[in-house]
Amino acid sequence: MTKLLKDGKIVSDPWVHVADRDEVPESGPVIVTLARWQAEHNSLAARKDGLGIRLQSGQSPETIKDDLDRFAVVALEFPRFADGRAYSHARVLKTRLGYAGEVRAVGDVLRDQFRAMHRCGFDALEVAGDRPAEALEADWWAALGELHHAYQPALRGPEPVLRQRHRAAAA
Amino acid sequence: MYRYDEFDRTMVLDRVEQFRGQIARRMAGELSEEQFRPLRLQNGLYLQLHAYMLRVAIPYGQLNSRQMRKLAHIARTYDKGYGHFTTRQNIQYNWPKLSQVADILAELASVEMHAIQTSGNCIRNVTADQYAGVTADEVEDPRIYAEIIRQWSTFHPEFSFLPRKFKIAVSGAVGADRAAVRFHDIGLFIVRNDAGEVGFEVWVGGGLGRTPMIGKKIRDFVAKADLLAYLEAILRVYNLLGRRDNMFKARIKILVHETGTEEFTRLVEKEFGDTQGGELELPAEEIQRIAAYFAPPAYEALSDEPPALTARRFEDREFNDWVRVNVARHKAPGYAIANISLKPVGLPPGDVTADQMDAVADLAERFSMDGIRVTHEQNLVLPDVRQDRLYDLWQGLRAIGLADANLDHIGDIICCPGLDYCSLANARSIPVAERISQRFADLSRQYDIGELRLKISGCINACGHHHVGHIGILGVDRKDQEYYQITLGGAPGEDAAIGAKVGAAFPATEIVDAVETVVNTYLAIRMPGERFIDTYRRVGDAPFKESLYDKAA
Repeated sequence: MTKLLKDGKIVSDPWVHVADRDEVPESGPVIVTLARWQAEHNSLAARKDGLGIRLQSGQSPETIKDDLDRFAVVALEFPRFADGRAYSHARVLKTRLGYAGEVRAVGDVLRDQFRAMHRCGFDALEVAGDRPAEALEADWWAALGELHHAYQPALRGPEPVLRQRHRAAAA
Repeated sequence: MYRYDEFDRTMVLDRVEQFRGQIARRMAGELSEEQFRPLRLQNGLYLQLHAYMLRVAIPYGQLNSRQMRKLAHIARTYDKGYGHFTTRQNIQYNWPKLSQVADILAELASVEMHAIQTSGNCIRNVTADQYAGVTADEVEDPRIYAEIIRQWSTFHPEFSFLPRKFKIAVSGAVGADRAAVRFHDIGLFIVRNDAGEVGFEVWVGGGLGRTPMIGKKIRDFVAKADLLAYLEAILRVYNLLGRRDNMFKARIKILVHETGTEEFTRLVEKEFGDTQGGELELPAEEIQRIAAYFAPPAYEALSDEPPALTARRFEDREFNDWVRVNVARHKAPGYAIANISLKPVGLPPGDVTADQMDAVADLAERFSMDGIRVTHEQNLVLPDVRQDRLYDLWQGLRAIGLADANLDHIGDIICCPGLDYCSLANARSIPVAERISQRFADLSRQYDIGELRLKISGCINACGHHHVGHIGILGVDRKDQEYYQITLGGAPGEDAAIGAKVGAAFPATEIVDAVETVVNTYLAIRMPGERFIDTYRRVGDAPFKESLYDKAA
């Protein structure tokens, strides 16, 4: 069963993914596809409960940049863990597009990618499989702690080595 | 050379333990082979035909004697007593055991080395001109920027799952390109602009493989401070738009080609508009910090052509040949750059035994201020040798069978591991290289032929750089028979060109004769002073075609 990992904790997930072939439920927060959003723009925009959008790895967040404030969640798909486009999408969302809502990783989300996802700005990860919640939480902290430093500036994680070096030198 | 600080050291040690854990999870079945594969590849561990292969990074080809001795120790302890230097300035071990790989990595970490990102769809080991810092005509030392790029690209969170592998090369030399810069995903030339500032000329989309392409210049000048922001912009465009539907079309060269250079450049510049000036800006203090490690050593005040050298050259013809062919001009008077050919007659190009590695380490310590370089042509360089000690060095090299005076001649063959080791290969390449070097073993014949770059790949992935050989040989599989295609006219450097196929392939039994026919045709038609490549450019492939194929008809 898919679990939602957020800041190192498995949390309950109120959001429901609605596939294109299914009806959108009357109430409750839903995450819809880009196709559905484009086709049913008006009715979805009128919903009182939360709205989220799900983008495939080939769909750029730039497509929805004017609507971003309507979405409390942007879910970025990893169709295969080796498809790394969503890392760039997450960074673009959080930086250039200034998106303040939740960016969520969905699809093939694996423990060995947790750290990179975190650093690129993902706020929450949907992890599939039957690994128990406590084990996943332990995985999260292990994955983040494996490497103590980071060379590059990123959205989260350790302060880049370069800055630490020169702060130390200036002090 | 660069020395790790606490951050660098921790990073490499952390990676060793992380990988140890990944191996343990794989062995416990927590990771599938599919999930483990990219993790091991990003640490240079391949599963080859017969065994695992570990590729160790040698950033920009630089080693000291302590590191070389460690490589020898690893070859002796964990492998079969030898290693293979590659066209990416790396070293490969062909027989490590999976259970010992983490220990090998820990050994490497103890001498500030690693296997990080030597494979996988990420930014690979950054390569540079092997004469960096010692060649006379250089704007700035490319190792400074190669090291900066090495650090920036290490465990980059956004670019660890690119569409395909990504290779960057840097050169600071004026008028010469010894690093095949235009055949890299990104090639950087250090240049000086009209205002006298030093920065980078940026080439993108070069590469070999099944679709060889010369890179396209997309920027005349990127300021030093903007280097990482500009690279990040290129990588982001590639990560987002590079093809993922077909791995054979996934390299950035295809994206640049299909998008068009102009549009691709526009996309990069747009992205650069966001990345420039922010946290990626490279502080001058960091450039200075790293440049200090590459500051020139204290050279003694000497003059060129000391009497000791001149006398030895006069007395000993073999030594004179070696100096003439393998020794290059150094920027400091009285010093020399000595190339060590790893292409002895009849042996696999680029292979070195553990004993030879130890001996080279000793020689580097005694004669070259402790420095060693690995070249993309699979040779070694001792970059800082006093001219009056060249004779002693040469004798030391002779004693270990590494004094072949064939640099840039037909015996100096680039060759991939081929079907003897590689799971991708269609044909063997090492035996062909060995037979060609035997056929042309006579050095006076090689000198008569002059500069001739011969390169052999065992399959279309072109690890042996056959497309840029003056003579290139490509192994192909024809109904389970090994055949070899010949291409002519390629060149890797400042006169970059991609060779053209000359005609039908030859069976293994005939390929060496065919190469000899090509060489003899050149000898018969060359004008005075013409190298093979000059003759080819003057006359085209018609005379070669005729001598190769018409007789048979």
